[in-house]
This record gives sequence, structure tokens and C-alpha cells, in this order.
Amino acid sequence: MIRYIIRRLLWGVVLLIVVAALMFILFRVLPTGNPALLRAGRDPQPKLVKEIEVVLGLSKPLTVQFWDYMKEIFFHFNFGYSYYSQESVKSLIAERLPATLSLTFGAAVLWVVGGLSVGIVSALRRHSLLDRTLMGGALLAISVPEFWLGLVFLFLFSSDIGKFKIFPGAGSYVPLTTDPWKWFTSLIMPWIVLAAGSAAFFARLMRSSLSETMEEDYIRTARAKGLPERQVVRQGVRSAINPMITLFGLEVGVLLGGAILVEAVFNIPGIGELFYKSIQTSDFPVTQGTVLLGSMFIILANIVVDVAYAYLDPRVRYS
Amino acid sequence: MSDAEPLLRVEDLRVEFPTEDGVVHAVDGITYEVHAGRTLGIVGESGSGKTVSSLTTLGLTRRQGARISGRILFEGQDLVALPEDRLRAVRGNDIAMIFQDPLSALHPLYRVGAQLIEAVRAHSDVSKAKARERAIELLGLVGIPDPARRVDEHPHEFSGGMRQRAMIAMALVNEPKLLIADEPTTALDVTVQAQILALLERLQRELGMAIVIITHDLGVVAEVADDIAVMYAGRIIETASAARVFADPEHPYTWGLLKSIPRLDGPREEDLVPIPGAPPSLIRRPTGCHFHPRCPYAQPDHARIDPALEAVADEPSHFVACLLESHTRRRLWSELGAGRTPAQALEAVGLPGTAA
Repeated sequence: MIRYIIRRLLWGVVLLIVVAALMFILFRVLPTGNPALLRAGRDPQPKLVKEIEVVLGLSKPLTVQFWDYMKEIFFHFNFGYSYYSQESVKSLIAERLPATLSLTFGAAVLWVVGGLSVGIVSALRRHSLLDRTLMGGALLAISVPEFWLGLVFLFLFSSDIGKFKIFPGAGSYVPLTTDPWKWFTSLIMPWIVLAAGSAAFFARLMRSSLSETMEEDYIRTARAKGLPERQVVRQGVRSAINPMITLFGLEVGVLLGGAILVEAVFNIPGIGELFYKSIQTSDFPVTQGTVLLGSMFIILANIVVDVAYAYLDPRVRYS
Repeated sequence: MSDAEPLLRVEDLRVEFPTEDGVVHAVDGITYEVHAGRTLGIVGESGSGKTVSSLTTLGLTRRQGARISGRILFEGQDLVALPEDRLRAVRGNDIAMIFQDPLSALHPLYRVGAQLIEAVRAHSDVSKAKARERAIELLGLVGIPDPARRVDEHPHEFSGGMRQRAMIAMALVNEPKLLIADEPTTALDVTVQAQILALLERLQRELGMAIVIITHDLGVVAEVADDIAVMYAGRIIETASAARVFADPEHPYTWGLLKSIPRLDGPREEDLVPIPGAPPSLIRRPTGCHFHPRCPYAQPDHARIDPALEAVADEPSHFVACLLESHTRRRLWSELGAGRTPAQALEAVGLPGTAA
């Protein structure tokens, strides 16, 4: 098992190298906006542009740039400096990481707990009015994009522009360490909006997974033993959850993508917003840093999922 | 059957499932008795209603939307009318059940021991440690070697025969008075089948429970059953002591079952005689005798008249539902017993036949 984990981690590093290389090709080799040109002001002099290119290191041959870039990332854990503010990408990310972690972790909890419980209730009351309502709602939640849902929530429930002034609106985020209560209330709407799609996806899958397991022979055995129905359902849920764990790993990427939009809509100063602005300003080092961080999260999440799977299903053994 | 009060008496049990295609008449008015310490074999093809009738005994068809009528008297108590929570106290306690495929019938994610322990604790308020002792004791009783170690293994670490032994152990933890075994050996190798049957017989002797064994395999009931009920299309069409059913069967369907299994003591060149056709749809059943479309001896009016289960002339504990005359049946069976085909038997007896 330990060897399996080590091997997976090494493969994760290989994958990150590939991602870094792809990022370089995407932003430096393929034609994009010239960052030097963007910084040379209106009606730029070619000489000034050249000077800025030298300062940003863009005048060196691409192969040299690539080597410098990879060497810094993987040997010195240095993602470079923002073209825009000259700050180190590492400190920019570190500054904004708590907001994004607050948003994504909270949303992930809501997603898993909400999705699974709705799925369980629906599966146990199949074809009832409650089931139809929940599944109809889930279909809606899967279908609408986060930015639209976010705006609808703001127009309906935010304390500034909302119809029903319930929750703090956009731009109200405060760090947990400053004021836990304000932190919590400011994140309620972003959590719901970010979790909605994934939770609905999970609810529908959990419904079908549990409906299937409740038909299994071992559930009949559990009933034949005279177990109380609650215990029977628990055994069904225990089996039905396993396939969801694999899907969790896949869905983490979707959630991180959604976080970019939700941070933009709710004006939360997080990594997503940093990424979004870095694209607008051709701030390549920041783009690369944030994307690598996201990739690392997804790779780690999937390793954790696979290890958890072996632990939860005794029939699975990795070697 | 003795005159003593039976342990289980099923009276005119009907189980119907309303579906989109129509009502499935899975069990259509069956009556049988099981006495303490005895073994009843229920025999029939798949879809003859044998499994549904026993699942209904435990109330396990209720949540599938079955319409159930008739009575299931267990120690004088009607299980059909019993509310769910009181029936739950009977399940796995007074009446236990084992199933066909022991791999899918055990929860793959829980240890074998945990599954036995919860069976104990569902019916008696004992500590986990006590229940675990009981689990190990039972695993030993059913012949699982090193039970103290294997109690902590998962079902996939057991062989097929060991899994069925574990299922039996699980069914017996609360010392049931009745064990329903639904095709307990079908998914197992032949050598293992014999071991499991021997185990059931031994446990029955030691624990004194009654057994209902459901199977399509006459070889199995020949080994263990005291009485046999043959089911076809949701009904019992013949019932008698096991010895009687094998020596003097009265129903053409039973003849078909007996003639379609090879015998080691018969002449080797004797052909097996399969029953033609397939079991009927339980939604639109044949008119008259449900077996007439597949019966080589059916007469024209058998498509009209529905036979009742009646006692055979000189044997009050042997019942059969057949429209043929009693003496005709006996002559047909003696011809078949002499190795004739159904067509030859018909000709010898002088019946106008439909057998082609």
C-alpha cells in the first residue's frame, strides 16, 4: 500500500511537469497578447517595448525561457514574479489561498452532504411527489451556470440589492481570523451557488446507485434476518456510496473551475479571481502558478480518493 | 401428515403483483403444512411461484407492492395479518431463510462475523462480545475450520461452499423453529452440494427444526425431504410423501420432471424425455388445466376445465390436480416406467393423444 501511494505521488509529479510544459506552450509559444506591449502604455515606442521585454525576460530564446521556468518551479519552488505588480506569485497565492480554501471546502461539504442526503431520500421514496420535486430541482441545478445562479441569488437575497435582504452581498467577504461570524454569513450564498451543480449531480447518481443496491440479494438477506429497516438502509447506503467516492475525485476539478466564476460574481479575493485577472492582463507567471496549484489539488484529491477506496472496499487491493 | 397441530400452515395463499403489463399471478391459492422437525420439499421450474410463496411467509414481498390474500399460520399466528414490526421479530428469529447464491446474499463490505453478530443482536439484547462468541460457535457448528480467525474475514475470502455454510450459520444463530432454504445448493459444485445437504440434515437432527427446501432439482429433495409439493404456474399440482412421489407419481408434470433427470441405475441407452415448451406466462395463464399446452396426454376438454387438488383414491395423504382418470394415470405411468415414450404410452393406453 505504501509503495502504491509513493508510486502514485511520483506519477503526480510527472503529471505536474507535463501540465507546466503545456502551460508554457499555451501562453508563450502559441500567439497570445504580448505582455510587454500591454505594459508600454498607449502608442508604445518599439524601443520601450524591447526594454520591457528584456526586463520581463521575454527577449531570451524560448528554449532558455522554458528551462529557466521549469528549473525555478521544480527545483526552487518559485513560480516567478507578477508582470503586473512585481510581487512573487507565491506570496500572491498565499495571500489569497485562505479565501479560496474557505469557499471550496465549505462548498465541498455542502455538495457531498447535501447531494448524498437528497439522493438517499429520493431513492427511498422513489416516484413520490417529494422524489419528483427533488429530482426536478436537481435537474435545474445541474443545468444553470454558476455565474447566472450567483447573480440570481444576489438579486434575490443579498442585503444591498436583493429583493429579500437576507445575506451579505458581493464583496462582503472577511477572513475567518478577522470575524468568524461575518466570514460565515458572507460565504453562505457563494457556498450554495458553488455546490449546487455538483450536489445535484451527486443527488441524481446517489438516487440511482442506492435504488440499485436496495434490490441486491444481501439487502434481502438483511431484511430476512429481521434487522430494523434503518439498519437495512444503512447497509444499502454503505454500498451505494462507494462509486460516488470515485466520482468525487473527478468532480473536484469541476468545483475548482466553478470557484473561479463564483469568486468573480461574489467579488471574493481568492485564487480564482487572481487567475481571472491574470488572464485579462496577460500576467503569465500568475496564470501558470494558479493553474499549477489547481492541478496539484486535483491530482492529490484523486490519489486520496483511490487510497480511500481501497480502505472502504475490502475486495480492492493495490499492489 | 400427522394429526398434530402443524408448525406452519399455509392456507389458500395468493400473491399477485400488479405490473404495467397486467397482474402477475405468482402464487395462486396454495395450501400446505409443515410439521415440527420435518422437511417439505417444494419443487418446480423457475417462475412456478415457489420462491415468492416463501418470501411471502417472511413478509418480504410486501414492499414490492404484492397483493396477498389467504393465511399463513405459524404456531397459530397469521403472518399475513401481522403488522410489519411484529413480523420483523419473527424473521430471522423463529423463521430463518437461506438463499441461492451465497456470494450475493452476503454483504460484500462487512466481515462475516459482523453479519452474524447483527443477526444475533437484532433479536436478543446481548453484548457484542457475547454475540461474537455465538457467531464463532455457529461457524464451528456448520463446519468452518478455525472459526475464531475466519469470523473476521470478508465474504470474498470464503469459498462458495464456505459462504453457504456461513449463511446457514447466520440463519441458525437464533435457533429458528423453521428454516426456509431457497435453492441452497444450486450455485455450488456437486460435491459441495452433497456436503451442504448433509449439513442441513445433521443440523435438523441436532436442533430439531423444520425445513422447507425449495428447489428445481428432484435429486436434492430425494435426499432430504419427507414430503414433496410440486408447483406449476403458481399452484401446487401434486403433493405427497417423498417416497410416494418418486414411486407412484400421479401428475404428468411430475412424470416429466422425473423422466428428464438421468438415473445411474437405469439402462444407459434410455433417452431422457424433456417436458416440451416453456413455463406459461403468469399474466395470461392458459385456460383450464394450466399444464394442458405442454401435456402430452391432454384431452380436448382439459383446455376448459380447471382441475382441483384432490386426494388420490386409495391414499388420503396424496393429492393431485389432474383431469385424467385415476386408472388411466396409473397405466400411463407404468408404461413410462417401462421405458416407453409419451406417444407410445398414449397408444398403449388407447387415449386419443396430442403428443406429436
